[in-house]
Amino acid sequence: MFAFVVRRLLATIPVMGVVALFVFSLLYFSPGDPAAVIAGDLATVEDIEKVRRTLGLDQPFFVRFGTWLWAIVQGDLGTSIFSGLPVSTLIGQRVEATVSLAVVTLIFAVVVAVPLGVLAAWKAGGWIDRAVMVFAVFGFSVPVFVLGYLLIFAFAIELDWLPVQGFVSIREGFWPFLRQLILPAAALGTIYIALIARMTRAAMLDVLAQDYVRTANAKGLRTDKVLLGHALKNAAVPIVTVIGIGVALLIGGVVVTESVFAIPGLGRMTVDAILRRDYPIIQGVILMFSFVYVLINLLVDLSYTLFDPRIRY
Amino acid sequence: MALTAVGAAPQAALEGKRRPWWVRNLSIVIGGGLLLAALAMAVFAPYLGTVDPTALSPIRRFRPPSEQFWFGTDQLGRDVYSRVVYGARASLFVGFMVALLAVGVGLVFGLVAGFNRWVDAVLMRVMDGLMAIPAVLLAIALMALTKASLENVILAIAIAEIPRVTRLVRGVVLSLREQPFVEAAIASGTSTVKILYRHILPNTIAPLVVQATYICASAIITEAILSFIGAGLPPSIPTWGNIIAEGRAFFQIRPYLILFPAVFLSLTVLAINMLGDGLRDALDPRLARRL
Repeated sequence: MFAFVVRRLLATIPVMGVVALFVFSLLYFSPGDPAAVIAGDLATVEDIEKVRRTLGLDQPFFVRFGTWLWAIVQGDLGTSIFSGLPVSTLIGQRVEATVSLAVVTLIFAVVVAVPLGVLAAWKAGGWIDRAVMVFAVFGFSVPVFVLGYLLIFAFAIELDWLPVQGFVSIREGFWPFLRQLILPAAALGTIYIALIARMTRAAMLDVLAQDYVRTANAKGLRTDKVLLGHALKNAAVPIVTVIGIGVALLIGGVVVTESVFAIPGLGRMTVDAILRRDYPIIQGVILMFSFVYVLINLLVDLSYTLFDPRIRY
Repeated sequence: MALTAVGAAPQAALEGKRRPWWVRNLSIVIGGGLLLAALAMAVFAPYLGTVDPTALSPIRRFRPPSEQFWFGTDQLGRDVYSRVVYGARASLFVGFMVALLAVGVGLVFGLVAGFNRWVDAVLMRVMDGLMAIPAVLLAIALMALTKASLENVILAIAIAEIPRVTRLVRGVVLSLREQPFVEAAIASGTSTVKILYRHILPNTIAPLVVQATYICASAIITEAILSFIGAGLPPSIPTWGNIIAEGRAFFQIRPYLILFPAVFLSLTVLAINMLGDGLRDALDPRLARRL
C-alpha cells in the first residue's frame, strides 16, 4: 500500500511538469515585451535592456523556466500586470466563492445522480430508466450558460423564489449562503449529474447481472439491501472514477457559471484577466485548477481500496 | 451477428417480425435529421428570408418578435433571426473542423504510440499533462495567447481534444496487438505499415466515428463558451455564443435576445449527441443499452 502511494505520487510529477511547462510557455510566447511594460513609457532602449537583465529575461528558455518553477514551488505565482498585486493574494481573495460553488455543486450532483442511476438500473427499461437517459442526453447538450439563464428566468424573475445573481459568504448564515447557490449549482451540476447518473446506471447493470446478486435475491434479502449493500458497493469504483474525471467539467463550467450569476470567484477573475490580457493571473489560475484536478484524481485512485478490498496495492 | 440474433430470437418471435430499421435506430434518424436541417440552414442562410446579419439600424432597436422581425431586433437594431440563422455557419464549421482535426491528429499519435515504445513513453506523458488541464481552460489559455479568429478557435479547441482521441486509438491498438490475427501477421513478416493499414486502422474506425460526433458536439459548446466570455470569435462574425453574450446585458427586459440562439444551440448539440449515441449502439452492440 505504502509503496503504491509513493509510486502514484511520483507519477503525478511528470504530469504536473508538463502542465507547468505549458503554462510557462503561455507567458513566454505571449505577445508584448514585459521588460518594456515594466520599464514604463519614457524608458530608453538602454533602460529596457537593463530591466531585462535585472529580471533575467535575457536568459535562455529553460533557465527562465527553472527560475519560474522554483518560485512557484515556494508559493510565488508572480504579479498581476493590471493590479500590481501578487497573483497568490488575488487567488486567495477569490477562492472562497469558487470553492463554495464547486463543493455545493459536487454534493448536489452526487446526491441526485447516484440514486437516479441506481433506480434506472434497477428498473431497466421502465419509465424511470427512460427518463434518466433522456435527461442525460439533454444534460450533455444544453450549455451551462443557457441553463443558467433559463433557471434565472424561471425561478428568479418569473416566480421570484430565489435571488437573481450574486454571492453571500457562509459566514453570514448558512441559509442565505445556500439560497444564492441553488440556481448556479443546478446549472453547473446538470452536465455532471448526467455523467454520473449514466455511469452509475451502467456500472449497476453490470453488477446486477452477477451471480451473487441473484443469490442475494434468491435467499429473500430485501431489495434495498441487495441494491445498496451488494450492488452499489461493488459498482462504486467506476462511479467514483467518473466523479473524479468529471471534476474537469466542473472546473470548466465554473468559469462560465460565475459570469452568468455574477459570482466573484476565480472564474470571473480568469475572464477579466483574459479581457485585459493579464497573463500571470491566467497562468496562476490554470496551474492551480490543474493541480487540484490531478490531486482529486490521485485521491480517487487511492480510495479504490476503501470500496473494494480485493484491490490491494 | 449470429450470436445476437439467437439472443434476440424469442423477443422477435413474440413481436411477429423484426421492427423496421428506423425504429431500431430512432436516435440516428432523429439526430441525423435535425443535424441535416441545421446544416441546410447554415448552407442556405442567404435564401431563408434573412437580411445582412451585421446591418445596424439604430431606429429599429429592441423591436419585439413580429411578422417583420421573426426573432425581434437587438440593441443595435440588427435582425436577430438573420443573426441566428447565420450563426449556424460558424458553430457547425467549428464543430466539424475540430472533430476532423482532433480525430486526424489523434489517430496518427495513437497509432504511433501504440507501436513504438519510446514515442509512447514521451507522447503519453505530454498527453497526460494536457489532459490534466480542463479542456475549456486549455482552450481559453490558448485563445488568450492569440488573436480572435476562426482558425485560432478551431486550433485551440482541437488541441484540447487531441489527448482523448490519442488515448482511445492507443487503447484500441494495444488490445488489437494481442489478437491472434495481428500476431499471425507479425509472425509471417508483414511490414508494420501494412499491419497498421490492413488490420489496425479498420478496427479504429467505428469507435472514432462515435468519438468524432461527441467531439463535434462538445466543440460547438466550447466555441459558444469561448465566444460567451469574450475569448472566441471576433464580434463581427455572428455565432450563437456571440449573440447570447451580447444579449445578456438586456436579458431581464428582452429575454428573447438569448432565448432564440440558446434554443438553436442546444437543439444542434442535442442532435449531434443523439446521432453519436445511436451510432455507438449500432456499431458496438455489446455496449448498446448500457451507457
